[in-house]
Amino acid sequence: MSQEQIELVTIDALLEKVRTKKNQGCRLVQMSATRLPDQVELTYSFDLDSRLTNLRLSLPGVDTCVPSISSIYGCAILYENEIHDLFNVKVDGLTVNFHGNFYKTAIKFPFGGLKVPCASSAAAPASGAASCATAPAANPGATK
Amino acid sequence: MPRTVIPFGPQHPVLPEPIHLDLVVEDEKVIEARPSIGFIHRGLEKLAETKDYVEFVYVAERICGICSFIHGQTYCQAIETIMNIEVPPRALYLRTVWGELSRIHSHLLWLGLMADGMGFESLFMHSWRVREKVLNIIEATTGGRVIFGSCKIGGVRRDINAETIKTILKDLDEIEKDLRGITRVFLNDRSVKARLCGIGVLSKQEAYDLGCVGPMLRASGVAQDMRQQGYAAFKDLPVEPITRTEGDSYARCAVRCGELFQSVQIIRQAFAKIPDGEIAVKVTGNPNGETITRTEQPRGEVVYHLKANGTRNLQRFRVRTPTFANLPAMLKVLPGCDLADVPMIVLTIDPCISCTER
Repeated sequence: MSQEQIELVTIDALLEKVRTKKNQGCRLVQMSATRLPDQVELTYSFDLDSRLTNLRLSLPGVDTCVPSISSIYGCAILYENEIHDLFNVKVDGLTVNFHGNFYKTAIKFPFGGLKVPCASSAAAPASGAASCATAPAANPGATK
Repeated sequence: MPRTVIPFGPQHPVLPEPIHLDLVVEDEKVIEARPSIGFIHRGLEKLAETKDYVEFVYVAERICGICSFIHGQTYCQAIETIMNIEVPPRALYLRTVWGELSRIHSHLLWLGLMADGMGFESLFMHSWRVREKVLNIIEATTGGRVIFGSCKIGGVRRDINAETIKTILKDLDEIEKDLRGITRVFLNDRSVKARLCGIGVLSKQEAYDLGCVGPMLRASGVAQDMRQQGYAAFKDLPVEPITRTEGDSYARCAVRCGELFQSVQIIRQAFAKIPDGEIAVKVTGNPNGETITRTEQPRGEVVYHLKANGTRNLQRFRVRTPTFANLPAMLKVLPGCDLADVPMIVLTIDPCISCTER
C-alpha cells in the first residue's frame, strides 16, 4: 500500500479528521487493528468515488483506549465492538456497547496478548469496556 | 401499548446460519431489533500468524462456502500486490469466469432461499435446479462444487480448454433461458410482489451513510460496484452497476435478478477475449509490505487488509465481509415493519454468517 494513501493521525486529532471525511462525503469502508510487538495500529479506511484513503493511529500496546467515531459514523459500532473484543482496545463513547459480548471467543482478547480462557464471557461483561471511564451505560439493544 | 420481546434465531427456518435478534414488538409492529452475533466466531484471521502464506489460500477459500472462490482470489490478489507479481492475462480471465459463475450460483441460492422463506416451494426448487447446472460447470472445470481450489498466488491451477469453453457456452444459453423463466416469476408474480414491494425500504442516503455494499447499496440507487476498479480481467470487461431506486426488498431482488444476466454476459465476453498463454508464474520469496484489496463478491464489496513482515507468516490478515457491512442497514429497516415481514427483510441482505464469523 503506497504511503500516500495512509495519513498518520494522533488520538487528539482523530475525531476531527474523521468528521472531515464525513463532511467530504466519504463512506466508512472498514476499521482494522494490527497488534505489533509494542503497539497497536488502528486503520480507518474511507471511500470516496471508489478511491480509498486511510487514517492510521498508533497506540501503546497496553491500557489502550481510543475515542469512538460511532457518533460520526453510526455503522462504526460493529467495528469498534469487534476491536474491543479481539484486541482489548477500549473504546470511549460507543453509542452501542456490547461490553465484551459481541464475539463469544474461547480465548478472551485473542489478539490482545492475553491467553485467558473465558468460558463465561457470554455471561460476564468484559472488564475492558466497563473500566473505560466515560463509556455510556450498557445498552446493546439501542440501535440508531 | 405493552411491549413484547420475541427472539428471532439463532435457529430459525429462514436462517441457515446463526444470528440472533431480540425483536421488541408492539402488537404486530416491530419497534426495535437488538442483534447478537458471534456464536461461531472461528478466528481464521488469527490462523494467519501460524500458517504459511502460500498455504493460507486454502484457509481464505474456506471463509465462506458460497463465495469461496472470490475469497481465495482476493487473498491472492492482495499477496500479489505486496510482492509485485505479474499474473498472466489468461489466469486473470479464468479467475473472472469462475468469479462470475460463483456470483450466478450465489444469487440463485439466494433466490431459492427467499422463495422458500415465503412458502413458494416450486419456485425454490426451480431456482436450485438451475443452480445445479451452474455447479456442474464449476465441477467440470475445477473438480469442486463448493471449494474450487483453483486459485493460487501467481495465477490459477487449472486451465479450461477450447472444447470445454464451447460446451460451457452452450450450457450458458440453456441456463440463460431458464433464468428468464424464473426471474419473470420473481419480478412479476403477484404473491412475490405482495411480500417484497414497499417492505424494508432503505433510502439512498441511508444506504450510503450506513456503509452498505453490494445489491443492498445498488437497490437504493447508489451505482457502486468494485468490479469497476478493473481487477482481474475487468479492465477489459467493463461493468455497469445494476441499480434500482425503490430501496425496498423487491428492488434488492430485482438487482440480483439483473446481475444474473450480467454475469452470463461477462462470462461470454471473457471467453471471447481470453488470451492464450501461461496460467501461472512461479512465486519465490516472502511478502513484505501492506495492502488493502477490495473485490466485488455476490453480497458486495469485500475488503482484505494484509500486513506482512518478510516471513512466511502474515503479521495481520483482516477480512471485512459484505454481510458485516450490511448488518447496520438491516437493523435500520426492521423497526416499523410487521413481524411477519422480518424473515423477508433479513433474507434480502443475503446474510452470510459464515463470512461474518470468519
